[in-house]
Amino acid sequence: MSNVARTNALPLRFRRDESATRNWSRLARRAGLGLAFLVVVAGAVLYAAPVYWMLITSFKSTPEVFRMPPAWWPQQLLWSNYPEALGYFPFVQYAGNTLRIALPVMIGTTVSSALVAYGFSRLRWRGRDLVFYLVLATLMIPSWVTLVPLYIFFNRIGWVDTYRPLTVPAFFGDPFSIFLLRQFFLRQPQDLIDAARVDGASHLRIFAQIIVPLAKPALAVVALFSFIAAWTDFFNPLIYLSNPDKYTLQLGLFNFFSQHFVNWPGFMAATTVVLAPIAILFFLTQKTFIEGITFTGLRG
Amino acid sequence: MALQMSQELRPGRLSLRRRWKRLQRGELLPGLLFISPWIIGFLCFQLYPIASSLRYSFTDYNMMQPPISVGFDNFARLFGEDDLFRKALTNTAIYALFSVPLDLAVALFFALLLNLNIPGRAIWRTAFYFPAIVPSVAIGILWVMLLNTQGGLVNVAIEALGFAAIPWLTSPTWSLPALILLSVWGIGPTIVIFLAGLQDVPRDLYDAAQLDGAGPLRLVRDVTIPMLSPVILFNLIIGMIAALQVFAQPFILFGATQGGSSGNHGGPLNSALMYSVQLYTVAFQQFKMGYAAAMAWILFVIIFTLSLTALRFSNRFVHYE
Repeated sequence: MSNVARTNALPLRFRRDESATRNWSRLARRAGLGLAFLVVVAGAVLYAAPVYWMLITSFKSTPEVFRMPPAWWPQQLLWSNYPEALGYFPFVQYAGNTLRIALPVMIGTTVSSALVAYGFSRLRWRGRDLVFYLVLATLMIPSWVTLVPLYIFFNRIGWVDTYRPLTVPAFFGDPFSIFLLRQFFLRQPQDLIDAARVDGASHLRIFAQIIVPLAKPALAVVALFSFIAAWTDFFNPLIYLSNPDKYTLQLGLFNFFSQHFVNWPGFMAATTVVLAPIAILFFLTQKTFIEGITFTGLRG
Repeated sequence: MALQMSQELRPGRLSLRRRWKRLQRGELLPGLLFISPWIIGFLCFQLYPIASSLRYSFTDYNMMQPPISVGFDNFARLFGEDDLFRKALTNTAIYALFSVPLDLAVALFFALLLNLNIPGRAIWRTAFYFPAIVPSVAIGILWVMLLNTQGGLVNVAIEALGFAAIPWLTSPTWSLPALILLSVWGIGPTIVIFLAGLQDVPRDLYDAAQLDGAGPLRLVRDVTIPMLSPVILFNLIIGMIAALQVFAQPFILFGATQGGSSGNHGGPLNSALMYSVQLYTVAFQQFKMGYAAAMAWILFVIIFTLSLTALRFSNRFVHYE
């Protein structure tokens, strides 16, 4: 405030000078923004280029793939690469198999993590936060240290080469999802819950009738993330599934790639088909997606 | 919370307050019941396997015959004579040492730019994020093509700049840099987390610094980075844990083209042999479960030590409000 007053008190000559400086700094800011814009666009193009190249290669003929100079658009769109590539592995069957894993994982993760998150946020008991830190600490456990004994155990009870090692653990809560949902539950009004408690509602009822309806966006994030993680998982199916009839899309794609002589248009067509459902899901739910990540990271 | 609640209740209505206290005391049991899925999962899928893993690490076990106790033999062999283990450990350390800071720096750089008021931000953000949803198998296959020495898109760009093509996947010098390059392509989630953190930096701090005559670079150095330090720490730890366990990409990049899943996945002269890939070979191709368990425990100790060290030293650099 006092600054403004002082400026006005200055002789006109000085005032004009200052507005010139301001103009100049505005110009510099504009130039800076323009430069930032160019760098961002260049970066975004670099990041998108591989995906574009995948798509465009899937329509090329084999000799065109590594042609110099590179063909940014194929001479002729070879749609036939698609039926050909899909003939190499039973796409529909593998998609069905993948769904048979991803759906239970999604349901299991969402339901169990929500219940656990409620216990960590809306109920007050001694040692609660200490146990919650333990949940977060488990994020530091590399999957390898549990994998060997779990594989031996699942093998002993006959679960290897079934979907159970891939789906059953999802029903026991996932640390990231618990963390995310707990943050969300904590933001909800305690008064509502207290009122329901005093009215004699059970915790399960409060959870089902107050918390869950309010937390739908967060639950959607958890469901989406867990579904996509299960759909794109390569590691666990690789370890646990051996019968090709039970393969997931990722395993099918990997096998196609490793057992056929280099056929880039075919590989890229198959890769595009495997990527397509997730890409569509991603573009449909982009807002939820970004919000979800934002939420996980924010209070880390 | 509890204190606040009892203050809200009027002192005259004792019965309600007593009822409230009773309710609260009763929350231990329901609390444990609600978190019981996690407790059971933790015991069955984490605590028991970790302990069991430690037990197996002192045995020789091929899943056919019962485990034979061998004392510290596995560890002695790992550190004493196993060249592949040492190679994998070194490669993974180098990979993490370069990829984690590089990914963080590039992600922070683009997050800072995306945070400016430029047109079409959502579109550019999507372009950066998209690679993160591409399944690792697809990433691997795609990049084998992009990194091809003759006519691969990366080398086309390098040659256009006037340099010689780089044999990324066939030269022992370039295989690790290829993996590091691939990791930079996956920084989308890190960017988004940084962007979220940037939203939380109070505007008036910038205004105050600007009034003091700070330029854009000083604003970043003296305001943004300190305010963002908890988010940087979070991304650092998450990134480090992921980098030390990297599996799918080296496995596909350096395996599938050379004879499928039964082949070697270490790249030329094992120059890109990663710890997890070596662990996979030992456990699921050679079925040396005791040896693999010892390797897994070493990784566990390394990750835990590094994470705790990062958390401890963070007090000096990380600014919490």
